[in-house]
Amino acid sequence: MKPQIRMAGGYGFALVVVATLVVVATLAVAGTIRPATAAEGGKAPPKQDWSFNGALGTYDKAALQRGLQVYREVCSACHSLKRVAFRNLEALGYSPEQVKSLSAEYEITDGPNDEGDFFERVGLPSDRFPAPFANDNAARAANNGALPPDLSLITKARAGGADYLHALLTGYREAPAGHEVPDGLYYNEYYASQQLAMAPPLTEGQVEYADGTPSSVEQMSSDVTQFLAWAAEPELEARKQMGFKVLLFLFVLSVVMFFATRRVWSRVE
Amino acid sequence: MSDASQDPPTRRDFLLLTGTAMTAVGTGAAVWPLIDSLSPSAEVLALATVEVNLANIEAGQSLTVVWRSKPVFVRHRTEQEINQAAQATERDLIDPEADSARAVRPEWLVIVGICTHLGCIPLGQKTGDNRGEFGGWFCPCHGSHYDTSGRIRKGPAPKNLTVPEYRFLDDTRILIG
Amino acid sequence: MSAPHSSHSGSHNATPAKGFYGWMEARLPALSLFNKTLRDFPEPKNLSYLWNFGSLAGIVLVIMILSGIVLATQYTPHVDMAFDSVERIMRDVNYGWLIRYIHANGASFFFLVVFIHMFRGLYYGSYKKPRELLWILGVIIFLLMMATAFMGYVLPWGQMSFWGATVITNLFSAIPLVGEGIVQWLWGGFAVGNPTLNRFFALHYLFPFVIVGVVIFHIWALHVVGSNNPLGIDVREERDQIPFHPYYTFKDLFGLSVFLFFFALFVFYAPNYLGHPDNYIPADPLVTPAHIVPEWYFLPFYAMLRAITFDIGIPFTDIVFVEAKLGGVLVMFGAIGVLFILPWLDRSPVRSGRFRPLFKPCYWLFFVCCVFLGYVGAKPADATLLGLPLQWFGLLGIVYYFAYFLVLLPFVLPKLEKVPELPVSIADAYSEKSSGKQKAAKEQNPTEEGQAE
Repeated sequence: MKPQIRMAGGYGFALVVVATLVVVATLAVAGTIRPATAAEGGKAPPKQDWSFNGALGTYDKAALQRGLQVYREVCSACHSLKRVAFRNLEALGYSPEQVKSLSAEYEITDGPNDEGDFFERVGLPSDRFPAPFANDNAARAANNGALPPDLSLITKARAGGADYLHALLTGYREAPAGHEVPDGLYYNEYYASQQLAMAPPLTEGQVEYADGTPSSVEQMSSDVTQFLAWAAEPELEARKQMGFKVLLFLFVLSVVMFFATRRVWSRVE
Repeated sequence: MSDASQDPPTRRDFLLLTGTAMTAVGTGAAVWPLIDSLSPSAEVLALATVEVNLANIEAGQSLTVVWRSKPVFVRHRTEQEINQAAQATERDLIDPEADSARAVRPEWLVIVGICTHLGCIPLGQKTGDNRGEFGGWFCPCHGSHYDTSGRIRKGPAPKNLTVPEYRFLDDTRILIG
Repeated sequence: MSAPHSSHSGSHNATPAKGFYGWMEARLPALSLFNKTLRDFPEPKNLSYLWNFGSLAGIVLVIMILSGIVLATQYTPHVDMAFDSVERIMRDVNYGWLIRYIHANGASFFFLVVFIHMFRGLYYGSYKKPRELLWILGVIIFLLMMATAFMGYVLPWGQMSFWGATVITNLFSAIPLVGEGIVQWLWGGFAVGNPTLNRFFALHYLFPFVIVGVVIFHIWALHVVGSNNPLGIDVREERDQIPFHPYYTFKDLFGLSVFLFFFALFVFYAPNYLGHPDNYIPADPLVTPAHIVPEWYFLPFYAMLRAITFDIGIPFTDIVFVEAKLGGVLVMFGAIGVLFILPWLDRSPVRSGRFRPLFKPCYWLFFVCCVFLGYVGAKPADATLLGLPLQWFGLLGIVYYFAYFLVLLPFVLPKLEKVPELPVSIADAYSEKSSGKQKAAKEQNPTEEGQAE
């Protein structure tokens, strides 16, 4: 009887561990399956070594500033960024004055005024990036029926996140023999159906970077991807730093509570 | 009440019974407005009909209109599509229904574009879309195939795509609803 | 505050309670109730760490309610503004991202904790006499949780929110005759729309408090019949038990800190891992996502829903009893419904699975089967496994799920299993185990010590 019960006692604890591990593994399987099915048909994007990966990852501010430039000079012709306000750009390392003068480069529709008319005024830091089209239908009409998505959340709204975005921007190739690409669509193996309505947006040397970095397609794509990753998750740095402290605290608390529990239970015969 | 106990039993029972019944009816009547308030409201019901102009839809093309917040597919069917739809026998169909019973005029098919399985919108309205194995519509959610009459031919959906109530106002206009 | 009334109080105690406690007791004996039910409540001394998950679930419920109330103060339940208001919480509200990620991941962890709690009950026969009602109240809590989680997932009004709501509410259209009417009544329109979002918000706020109500009954019932334990035998004498405080308060707090560690791992480092990217796209009623996948905790039920792709009737005739769609719905609800009658299905006289050699493999196969059904639910409808349609394996899983409850537990196992000799005393078993541990430690035999823990 004795050895059996002893084993059974250890078994109970092992059961928790195994069951928990199995369930966590299930979560992992469910989690990894979903991006795979969502991006069905598209090639899996290669993993990139972003500065914001990892437990204490941070954004590379120089890259974000270059990425902002790429967005403003290239992407913003078709894509809105309507959840990002100019004031948020201080996180990229700009001073409040720089943000103010940057926002002043934009015209914002406001109103109605006392006469009941809408009018254009200079942008303020509290404004958000204005959209290139008045509404979705205007955007569709100007783009052969395809709607350029808003980019504020794009890395969160696509399976693969920043890796996918970078792979897509640099993934335009000649279609393989036998693959018919209809007019107005472009071949890209990372896109779910391999053909998308966005023309290759980046060309060598398209942007003249303020900091003198050579603007290869790879460089611009990487920069704008990092900028959009920031746009989607501006809280990332604060989140990871707080997380580190919280985990450290909880780890120590767990150890203390383990020994406290053992101490309390040592009284039980 | 002491009076009540002195009443003859039948009369007292009658009073108790009536009182209980009236309370029950009153409670039910009071609860009904609460339940019915959840039903579609007047302004929703007001958008119950929609008029569609057919003049600009070429043969082989489709139009999606919104009716009661549901997409309605209006397809100008080609000769070939009409034949395909007519040829299907009862054996081929999961929910047998003649094509002639589904289209007021054979060249026009009007159906609610909501998969009868779980409410997704089938593909097949645009030229590049996957139309499934029967050339009509294909539901990407769970793989239901619909033919050129909008009838379910393969997959989990139990019923054909619904034909909404509609009539021709003249040769180029229909009124749905 | 103390003197004049203290002599009247303490009708239950030999020495009348003094001070604030006594004053309270004479008017509202809430503190003594609290003491009796939480502090001094006797628990079997041999509970394993699997018994942590009940109180843990209660704490997670509190975390969900608190974070939810704070979110509700910032959220706007309107189709044009819901998505934006959530993004405002994420970007502009102080600590908004933290509170929202706690709430979103909290739902997943709530289900994780409750699943472990339920599987523990299934293994140790915690549903058996006299705990039938305790179990049934638990199943009701589980159902309410599912409804709450489903409606909560709709609130951010992303693509998965909208299409998940559409698919699930459409389930009711499978009901013969009145189905369509019920669905329109649920929607408050002809499709999922603003009235739907509004009422889902109202109900999502209400249901957690209904859950709290049922939880109180659940705990009440627990205090009447007492906790089950790993041996599954009844408490016989005082030395079988120890008071809840400090023994289980400390053990639960230790469990809580470990739980919070893993929870924080997700909240801070993988907050969207359990979510779906499509839900960061605002809802569009005219574009259906390629794959509609529910949250992971619904996947086994989703697999059941989709598995019935054929009408059920008399073969080779047109007579259909149950349409495919209704079949899936019935199977899914049946899977939960069967839990309600489980206490009367399992006819073995032994509670704990530990003493049931044949039950063990059946139980673990059942566990694997549930996990596998989750896998089936995560895959597209036309996926294959080993060259065969995955749906077939899904059907097999469903057959086993129901066979476990309806065939193995009531008919097969009680017939084949011999009633084993059960330990008589919890206290003896416990002290034998702990003295064994001490002895092993004294012998300084590292391998044996490793086995014991």
